[in-house]
Amino acid sequence: MLSDATIGILQLVLFIFFIMLGFPIAFTLMAMGLFFGYFAMEHRVFDLLIQRAYAVMSNDVLISVPLFVFMGYIIERSNILDRLFRSLQLASGFLPASLAVATMLTCALFGIASGIVGAVVTLMGLLALPPMLRAGYDPKLACGCIAAGGTLGILIPPSVMLILYGATTGTSVVQLYAAAFIPGFVLTAAYLMYLIGVGILQPHRAPKLPAAERNVPMGVILRELLIGFVPLTVLTVTVLAVILLGIMTPTESAAAGVVGALLLALLYRSFSWASLRESVYLTARTTAMVCWLFVGSALFSSVFGYLGGQKVIEDLVMSLGLGSTGFLILSQIIIFILGWPLEWTEIIVIFVPIFLPLLDNFGIDPIFFGVLIGLNLQTSFLSPPVAMAAFYLKGVAPPSVRLEDIFAGCMPYIYIVVVTMVLIYVFPGIVTWLPEYLYGNSGAPAGIMVDSPPVGGFIEETIGELPPLR
Amino acid sequence: MSGASLAVVGLAGLVVAVIIAGIAFADRPATRAWLFGVDRLSAFVGRAAAWCIVLLTAVIMYDVTMRYAFRAPTDWAFDVSYMLYGALFMLSGAYALSRNGHVRGDFMYRNFSPRLQGQFDLTLYILFFFPGIFALVVQGWFFFELSFMQNERSSLGPNGPIVWPFKAVIPLAGGLLLLQGLAEIVRCVQCIRHNAWPTRLVDVEELDVALIAAAQTEGLDALTARVARGGAQAAIVTTQGSPHTP
Repeated sequence: MLSDATIGILQLVLFIFFIMLGFPIAFTLMAMGLFFGYFAMEHRVFDLLIQRAYAVMSNDVLISVPLFVFMGYIIERSNILDRLFRSLQLASGFLPASLAVATMLTCALFGIASGIVGAVVTLMGLLALPPMLRAGYDPKLACGCIAAGGTLGILIPPSVMLILYGATTGTSVVQLYAAAFIPGFVLTAAYLMYLIGVGILQPHRAPKLPAAERNVPMGVILRELLIGFVPLTVLTVTVLAVILLGIMTPTESAAAGVVGALLLALLYRSFSWASLRESVYLTARTTAMVCWLFVGSALFSSVFGYLGGQKVIEDLVMSLGLGSTGFLILSQIIIFILGWPLEWTEIIVIFVPIFLPLLDNFGIDPIFFGVLIGLNLQTSFLSPPVAMAAFYLKGVAPPSVRLEDIFAGCMPYIYIVVVTMVLIYVFPGIVTWLPEYLYGNSGAPAGIMVDSPPVGGFIEETIGELPPLR
Repeated sequence: MSGASLAVVGLAGLVVAVIIAGIAFADRPATRAWLFGVDRLSAFVGRAAAWCIVLLTAVIMYDVTMRYAFRAPTDWAFDVSYMLYGALFMLSGAYALSRNGHVRGDFMYRNFSPRLQGQFDLTLYILFFFPGIFALVVQGWFFFELSFMQNERSSLGPNGPIVWPFKAVIPLAGGLLLLQGLAEIVRCVQCIRHNAWPTRLVDVEELDVALIAAAQTEGLDALTARVARGGAQAAIVTTQGSPHTP
């Protein structure tokens, strides 16, 4: 007879196998949870399923997900990107590799505001790639900066990824935003420094623009910036600032962000009922995708924990005799490798709960860990064989740009991410300074953990005879 | 539990009947019409629920305004807002399924032939999808029934609103997913037979999907030229309006 813990491990191994078969993961999770749960607790698992589903439905952290997604879709369709790109292109004309710098900045800002990697990369592929190629840029450099820049939006707050991490781990989203703020900008700055460095050291890969395009009067630049750059920046900064300063909760700020995005669309004269309708429908589908994944994984993790699979993993990792540095490196390598076949949503929702109980043993702050994961998952968009950003870009790039060129262009950014992670490990203040400065050590109110066992344990409640309906 | 057992047996019988009917009538025009009918129903409910996001924004903004400007916070906004969010994602689950919107670990799957994809999907729909959905429908119904009989109210506020309509969302969402799943297994049967996925209803697509499709159908040069002339908006507008692409 197998012990429960062995069955728990079997559950995990089988799940990783089944995930490869390409069936929608939310339902695979639900089924695995049900089968193994039925084995352990018989028909009580059905109660557990409904309880977990209801917990996700009434979760007050996840409620901000559809709002941020909605804001993103409105911004995506608000005709703001080309004005933004043009203004930054004029403003950065004096820099080496100026087109690439403008592209990176545009991707970063638009990515932060919209948070939708596919949209940023394809739009910039159409908007920025042709002028860069025309100007004689190395296709590798041109593609790399679009792919890497477009991915920044999932890390830098206000990002949906950190909300999901907060909901999975029970950490405060506000604290996570404060913690990820500086690392996000450090990474962006490192990307920009790389581009400027290439522009200085290898000018043939990023030729200077003709003088006519560089010497634009200051007045024109300022006007363009005011029209193209300032409105979106003000909106994004405001949404984030009210969260960090504790004026509004992330949910309230996201709702205000939706209103701001609508105003922005009106300002740019691009508001239409048709595009609002599209944003509404897409929001529903994306939210359904994310939250059904949560419903499945909430059941799966509950059962996994109940069977004691968690304990086996814990014992196994503890028996390796790793220090906290060793554990951190091991866990980040595992997440890096998981990022090849899987997307960030699955990794956050399914695999983070497995690592989470281990953090305590090694004295690692879950918020610090979350920021490292956020950085790490940047690479999952850029590393072959399943580099989503590269494939999005290939879909809109001229045939002369080969997929291998795009992969090669992404490689330097993977190195930069790894270096930044090491930097953060050596100087953890990059992560911890802002939350401590803003909230002290007491911290913002903790979040609610979706995967925690139900209050009162797994004991079945007996329900007496109900009074008849009147 | 006998009521539940009966319900599960009945639902399982329905799945078997649909598979047999799917095999027998896979190529009939009526089957196609029925599949689109299910798509339309899922989309109708999903899109109706989708507008919850606008209500949700409005409720939260109203609450924030009342609290900050008039020092008069509402006692219902919290309950109403999580109910809107819960109904939004639960009821658009079937809509997302009808548009193939649930995330797959598809790095191997995408390289399979359509026939092999169909075979895997059909097997896993039976093995993985329906058991979970049965549980949602049957147990979700009991969950709702209990709440309904108690006329349960939310315990979060002094005048908590009734919660049983919200709990009814679980079996309702399960029922819609069940119906959409039945349509999907018929599609799997069709796909296995013809080694090609049958058409499905399409409305709005993600921007990256739409742009990449536009780059292929009308040529990259035309698309790039339009983007250069009219900005991103030009590309977005022109990719819409093709409701029946496969």
